[in-house]
Amino acid sequence: MADSTTISCVKHIETYVDSSSSRSPSQQDASLDALAKLLLNDIITLELLVREMEMYLTTTDNIIRARGILLLAELLTRCSSKRVEDKTVHSLVGFFADRLADWRALRGALVGCLALMRRKTDIGAISSSDANAVAQSFMQNLQVQSLGQHDRKLCFEILECLMDSYPDTVMSMEDEFVYVICEAIDGEKDPQCLLLTFRLVERLAQLYPESSSSLASYAEDLFNILGSYFPIHFTHPKGEDDAKREELSRALMLAFASTPLFEPFAIPLLLEKLSSSLPSAKIESLKYLTYCMDKYHGNVIQEQHKPLWSSLKDIVLTSAPSSLTAGSRYEDNKVADEALVLVQKLIQQDNDSVSFLKLILNDADVNMTLKNLSNYNNYDDIAVTDKQRLNAVSRILHVSAAASVASCNAIFQSVFSELVNGLQSTMQEKDYTPGGLKFGYLYVCVDLLTACSTLVKPTDKTYLDKETWCTMLHSFCPLLTSSFVKTMKESTLDIYTHTGVRGLQILASFPANFSPVSKSTFEEILVEFTSVITLKFNNASIWRFVLNALVEIGSLIKKSDDSEKMASFDVIVVEKMLPLLSSDDLSMPFSLKVGAVSKIGMTNLKYMRKIVQELNTAISTNLQKYWLDGNSNSAEHAMLLLECYVDEVLPWFQNVKDNDNVPMHFALKIWNEIEDNTMFFDSLNDKKLLETTMNGMKRAVASCSEDSQSTILDKAFSILSSSTSFQVDESMQPAEYSCREEWIISLFDSVIIALRPKTQVKNTEEILQIITRALSNAHIPSAHALGSLFNKIPNDSLEEAMDITFNKYIVRFANGNGDNEIGVSNLRLSNVNDGLVTSDAIVVGLAWVGKGLLMRGHEKVKDVIKFFLNFLISNRSTSSGSVSSSEDCDDLTRAVADSFSIIMSDSEACLNRNLHATVKPLYKQRLFNMVMPILLAAIVKSDSPIPYKSMMHRAIAHVISNTPLSAIIGEAKKLIPLMVDGLTILSEDGKNRDIVYNLLLVLSGILTDKNGQEVIVENTYTVIMCLNKLVFYQHMMLVRETAIQCLTAMTELPYASVYRFRPEVLQTLSRALDDPKRSVRQEAVRCRQAWASISSRSLHI
Amino acid sequence: MPPALINANPVVYEKKERPARSRPGDAGFDEYSTELIDQLEHPYSLEELKVITEDAVEVDDKRSYVRVTFTPTVEHCSMATIIGLCLRVKLMRSLPSRFKVDIKVAPGTHATEDAVNKQLNDKERVAAALENPNLVDMVDECLTPSYE
Repeated sequence: MADSTTISCVKHIETYVDSSSSRSPSQQDASLDALAKLLLNDIITLELLVREMEMYLTTTDNIIRARGILLLAELLTRCSSKRVEDKTVHSLVGFFADRLADWRALRGALVGCLALMRRKTDIGAISSSDANAVAQSFMQNLQVQSLGQHDRKLCFEILECLMDSYPDTVMSMEDEFVYVICEAIDGEKDPQCLLLTFRLVERLAQLYPESSSSLASYAEDLFNILGSYFPIHFTHPKGEDDAKREELSRALMLAFASTPLFEPFAIPLLLEKLSSSLPSAKIESLKYLTYCMDKYHGNVIQEQHKPLWSSLKDIVLTSAPSSLTAGSRYEDNKVADEALVLVQKLIQQDNDSVSFLKLILNDADVNMTLKNLSNYNNYDDIAVTDKQRLNAVSRILHVSAAASVASCNAIFQSVFSELVNGLQSTMQEKDYTPGGLKFGYLYVCVDLLTACSTLVKPTDKTYLDKETWCTMLHSFCPLLTSSFVKTMKESTLDIYTHTGVRGLQILASFPANFSPVSKSTFEEILVEFTSVITLKFNNASIWRFVLNALVEIGSLIKKSDDSEKMASFDVIVVEKMLPLLSSDDLSMPFSLKVGAVSKIGMTNLKYMRKIVQELNTAISTNLQKYWLDGNSNSAEHAMLLLECYVDEVLPWFQNVKDNDNVPMHFALKIWNEIEDNTMFFDSLNDKKLLETTMNGMKRAVASCSEDSQSTILDKAFSILSSSTSFQVDESMQPAEYSCREEWIISLFDSVIIALRPKTQVKNTEEILQIITRALSNAHIPSAHALGSLFNKIPNDSLEEAMDITFNKYIVRFANGNGDNEIGVSNLRLSNVNDGLVTSDAIVVGLAWVGKGLLMRGHEKVKDVIKFFLNFLISNRSTSSGSVSSSEDCDDLTRAVADSFSIIMSDSEACLNRNLHATVKPLYKQRLFNMVMPILLAAIVKSDSPIPYKSMMHRAIAHVISNTPLSAIIGEAKKLIPLMVDGLTILSEDGKNRDIVYNLLLVLSGILTDKNGQEVIVENTYTVIMCLNKLVFYQHMMLVRETAIQCLTAMTELPYASVYRFRPEVLQTLSRALDDPKRSVRQEAVRCRQAWASISSRSLHI
Repeated sequence: MPPALINANPVVYEKKERPARSRPGDAGFDEYSTELIDQLEHPYSLEELKVITEDAVEVDDKRSYVRVTFTPTVEHCSMATIIGLCLRVKLMRSLPSRFKVDIKVAPGTHATEDAVNKQLNDKERVAAALENPNLVDMVDECLTPSYE
């Protein structure tokens, strides 16, 4: 071994062992790491190291000895996967076990023992005699509870390790070991250690057989220690305790259930805690009981049945909810729920003797409630306590019946016939009134039926039929059905009808081969339901409830693949519903028809296909009617159908693999209709239907594959080009479109907008021509389409497309005379010359093109932006001399300024992810970086009149408010003065209020950012003056509120920079206190307090 | 060692539940502002002690007039003036300056009723009190929770 290694090794050891303050902990850790590395790489051997360390391990200086032993122990921990000679391990473990007696250097000894004991046999582990030595030393020397938290934890880990890895050693020690564990865990309080102790007990119980005398004799002691922790409850709650509490509670539960020997102590304790007033303690005890039932022996538990039942009954009776509702009734009452789970468990457990069930059935309270059912005449007359009791008993019967077939039999035998007879008698009484039905019978019957349905599984076929409950159900089935139907149809109270519907739904949900409910009953129920759907639409609540029931039945049939029932459902429900869409019967609202049909369709692909066909037909007939004579009724119907198609059907088909190109057929169908109907009513002025149709077209096309999209596009283009007014002629005059043409071009735009980037677009040139021409008619969808086209067409054809669009068409239209000059910069001059007829639209179109290009990250976007900027900047300089132009520059300049809003903001109508836009990340930041320097320079230089400046500020505001805040904060230094100017100028006109608000939000964002605040400090005066003005902004409450919030945030700035503005701000605020809006006044009070208290000595009020 | 409490075990009432108001201008100005003032002796707010209730606040927006009547928990409550001062400061900070504010002890609920009323409604004595740094600190401390 080289000397240098030894020297460095010694140096590391010294660094670690040195306890004086000159060594930082990180240095010591580093030397530990270095030593471990030397060991792992076999540069030094363990033996050598121990020899080098001899002095540190044996010295009489307690501190140094402790550090030395700890060093050796830590090294062993780090080398846990390195092979070490058995002999070495043996001598080391002997050393550490011996050191357990050395309480001054205990930590190292514990860590060392643990590290050695955890070693695997193939890399050198301790023998069982070594383990025995450790255990003996542990037992002799350690008083666990007198140690610190970390040491205790290590001790528990050693014990756990002993039990896990050396069970034989532990077994041989018997009593002694159990005693040591008892002693060690008694009085433990730290949650982490407790977790270990609970596991220790659990492990111990697994290790020793039940018959073992040692465990039996200590069981009571052990349980007394454990029991004092129940229920787990932190007296000093801290933040993340909840998860820890759960974990601890679970570990304790496992420990409780670990051996049946605990049973005589655990059950009384848990029963006692059941009567605790703390709901959490109740829930815990119920959970523990449920869990322990499985682990303890059944016959022992039986003795406890009586006390168990009486406390469970109390809990359910007192905590069951008092509101009776049909359907999802088991809402958030955890205590009752847990109690019912336990009841079910108990019944399931003693299935043979049914002693627990007998307790329930013979219980006086339960029987009393059942007898009293006949007294509850009218639902509203039932007292709240009675309702609670009814609910509780009903739920107890429910869980008991659902527990097993045998318990269900017993319950049916003892109560069911009585219930049904009661139900029947109320139906037949002479003075029967729908409201006077005895609700209790109905309620409990439905609950029991629900329980039955959980017992029947579609997989096991017929053996159930011989069971008592099945035969009873079979004989009562017709009676039940008729009662439920009667309730559903005749009762006026929701609660009755819902319960009736629920009962029918359960009856209809039994599988077809379950004989007690015959096929005819099933069909009868479906017929009744369908008649409610078609006739009882005036009662919205029952209508919806029945529809949901039908949907549930339908999806259940689909799930269980029940061909027999499916056939009935087909004939009775689907066949009846479909004609609704095309029927002329106006008594039923069309929206309900559409809703019902689409919901039923969603249960099964088979139905959906039929429904889609029907929908397509209905849509085309309605569209035809509308086109022919502008029938507003048809328009409304078509709109509903289209909305249903877009919102329900298309999304549904997206999750279905085998969708048969439904979206494509839908799109083609509409195009066919347009093709076939050449006659359009003249004045179709309902834009809404067109918009809905466009939206439908977009969504349908967007969900098509590339191939289908091409097909649709071809079809659309052929129709488009067959119409004469779309022929591109040389005159290039803006054309007036007829209604039909407007439909055609709008829908065509929708197709273009929704295309996928990879879809082949033929005839790009013609399409561009047509769209740009439409654009000159101020047709906004065409602008969207143009933007989309530029966003998606492949790079190589993009140049050409730019050429066509800009040079041939846009410029021409703008100039009106086919000027030969090339380049977008010409546009400006011609606008001024040309009476501004179409220029606005051109600007909007150009803005969308810019957005498309920007999103895909194309270079050409610079040209577009340059054009806009030139316009904004130079327009001002050329016309600043004349007074009149400052007024009529407005419209076009505003359009140009607003185009930045189009470019920067996200749009629903096109160029978003759903419509397959190509989006490069950070495109907004890129535009921000491109535009801002130019605008900044321009606005600083300018000395033009306010209207022009305001337009520039408008553009800037659009850009700023749409850029991500992080980018703004980076540039805040330059932007703040600009934003303040902008706010001041823009706030003069009430029409700009949204822009002002957005800009102010950005300012408040900067104010709440730490870096932003630093910049604000430099501009405190201007910012405060600006905010002071905005506090009285008349046009928008939100602006005033936000301005005051900003002022409040200003008080966070350094005292020196804001203090001198205090009087002014307070004065402003005292006026704001009189604001007409409450929320503004409240903000003002808060803000005033904040400003007043920045120096609390003189309040200045 | 703090002095013994005058009323060591007061009756505590439930706070009145107020529906969140969203409609603007549908009420007077100050029913919120008297909510959370801590009474010095007790960790309860004045409302929980029924020292001040919503009914005891009278607002006339048109005539710019506010009258608050409060009820000390015991007749010889030494805190009556400081409670009144807190109420006044809170209202001064929360109301526009056009309001005239009258603060009174409910008749017959305090031993030195007149003296307290006079002190609370004397502009100069209030101003003088607010010059006293100790008093202002105390008032501020009492009012802090009402701004949260």
